[in-house]
Amino acid sequence: MAPMTRYVLKRLVLLPALLFLFSVAVFAIVQAPPGDFLTTYVATLASSGSSISAEQVEALRREYGLDRPIWVQYLKWMENLAKGNLGLSLEYQRPNAELIGERLVLTMVLALLSFVFTWVVAIPAGIYSAMHPRSAIDYALTLVNYVGVATPNFMLALVLMWGAFAYLDMSVTGLFSPDFVEAPWSVARVVDLLKHVWLPAVVLGVAGTARLTRVMRANLLDELNKPYVTTARAKGLSEWRLVVRYPARLALNPLVSTIGWYLPALFSGSLIVATVMNLPNIGPLLLRALINQDMYLAGSILLIYCFLTIVGTLISDILLAWLDPRIRFEEGMR
Amino acid sequence: MTTPVLRVNDLRVHFFLDEGLVRAVDGVSFEVHPGQVVGIVGESGCGKSVTMKAILQIVEPPGRIVGGQILFQKDSGAAIDLTRLSPKGAELRAIRGAEIALIPQEPMAAFSPVHSVGEQIIEALTLHERQWRPRGPRLSRAEARSMTVDLFRSVGISMPAERIDAYSWQLSGGLRQRAMIAMALSCRPRILIADEPTTAVDVTTQAQILNLLRDLQRQHGTAIVFITHDLGVIAQMARYVVVMYLGRVMEQGAVEEIFHAPKHPYTRALLKSIPSMNVPPRTLLPTIAGSIPHPLGRPRGCPFHPRCPDAIPGVCAERVPALRPIGSTQLASCFLYNRDEASEP
Repeated sequence: MAPMTRYVLKRLVLLPALLFLFSVAVFAIVQAPPGDFLTTYVATLASSGSSISAEQVEALRREYGLDRPIWVQYLKWMENLAKGNLGLSLEYQRPNAELIGERLVLTMVLALLSFVFTWVVAIPAGIYSAMHPRSAIDYALTLVNYVGVATPNFMLALVLMWGAFAYLDMSVTGLFSPDFVEAPWSVARVVDLLKHVWLPAVVLGVAGTARLTRVMRANLLDELNKPYVTTARAKGLSEWRLVVRYPARLALNPLVSTIGWYLPALFSGSLIVATVMNLPNIGPLLLRALINQDMYLAGSILLIYCFLTIVGTLISDILLAWLDPRIRFEEGMR
Repeated sequence: MTTPVLRVNDLRVHFFLDEGLVRAVDGVSFEVHPGQVVGIVGESGCGKSVTMKAILQIVEPPGRIVGGQILFQKDSGAAIDLTRLSPKGAELRAIRGAEIALIPQEPMAAFSPVHSVGEQIIEALTLHERQWRPRGPRLSRAEARSMTVDLFRSVGISMPAERIDAYSWQLSGGLRQRAMIAMALSCRPRILIADEPTTAVDVTTQAQILNLLRDLQRQHGTAIVFITHDLGVIAQMARYVVVMYLGRVMEQGAVEEIFHAPKHPYTRALLKSIPSMNVPPRTLLPTIAGSIPHPLGRPRGCPFHPRCPDAIPGVCAERVPALRPIGSTQLASCFLYNRDEASEP
């Protein structure tokens, strides 16, 4: 078997085991706060003046299986998940899959775009900085980078929204124009999405771009001193070609292994920005589900996070092995 | 006498550090004739590697060529001064690798670890295609591959067809150095610069590599500039020797003259410090008095004068001796052989 195939297979075998561990952990966390959804529900009703009888509460408790031991609840949840049933949201009284579905797609679109923005800007900027260290442009990039890292992204969002509104007379909240918020998917809705999505994508990507530029610059500066660069230069390659072909390629390797963390970091990191910019992505939904102890909704979202994290890590592992033969051979031999 | 293929004339390479100016190469001159092996010898830090990088114009900043000429004789026409060409320009890049090739010091780190060695050689072949083959069809991938296999075979690598797909870290030190030699020879350069090619390999492999280089040199008539701190290697390889100290040439000449009739006190001290079979056991090995000065604390006058047993008071510490002919092929920069110059006011 080729080393690469073995390398990928080994990781695929681990996938179900990891998912099982995560599901147990997720369930434990969602169950951890005292009380359950019904206690919160009764309290909410009471505070709004209406009430519910003890029999009704008991009936609901039985219906959702809240009277059974925890491990039975877990097994029931797993059984439903295996059938592709994410359960019902206790709060919204709608299937969780429906609630999560569109928000998940929008979250992924946003994540992908801000990822592309980050890499397309940061890698060339880092390469330029490293090739012209201590030049005026390098200093300027460094300044921009520090400001980028230091600015909280929700603040950047507020400033940009205000700027767009005050000077361009544009409303840039949300991901859709009012006409398209509830509309079914169509070409026009996708176009509308693209018109709105770039600003949040940039806002979410700025800090990451700044960090990535710094890391790329530092990695490449290290690589540029290696003897293989002298060899390539002595061979007669042009400076750009040799930098892109040799040291930049090696400087990228450590960065590729962080791709897997990008999606979950953006999931949890975008909460404040999503609230400020009124983005219909998954962060606010998870927050609400957790506050209301809507456990199957929260559990489903968390489990999807975990799944995406594992898949992301798998993708970066594969990319890394594909880029770096040393990893491919070392791991494949074992 | 043939026209030299390379003439280095009063070359100066300085490093502009925050701490001060380091004159790594400070007035070096020598010639390389077609098919000749020139040995450049000196202690670490004497500027021999920087001189070689300067010839290819790949001195890293903050180093810079600040003076002198490097005249390279092309196949046709007049010699061109390499120092006048832009280090990043196409004209110089067409010379690097194609006309003047380098065998670097550390074969381990000198290949990219994420590209197969064959790929890196094919790259050189493709890059300079129109120079080693001005006419004819464009080089195909298959042809480049088979040429690389032939190159591997010619430098004595067994199973060449399998080895070209290997990564450098999968090869032994000796094989790696052979692969490096194959790459340097790929475009049939007129000058080969070998920068301590045997420092990183064991003694047995060293002997094999030296034999290989000598055979290849005889076959192709390539001129080799051989840098080493090992006088034994110089004696085996070179016909002409340049002795460097602190960025200057102390003495140069045919290998027999330098070894049997060294003129400069530095060369004499260097030769005396080689262990010999003819001295009684347990004799202390003679060493050169003192140590190499700090790069920022270069002595005035002749750079060797603080360690020189024959220094002339009031002369050597004041003025820098020029390189002057002494014997039939020998030149030395020392006031001992130039009393007239020494007594000038």
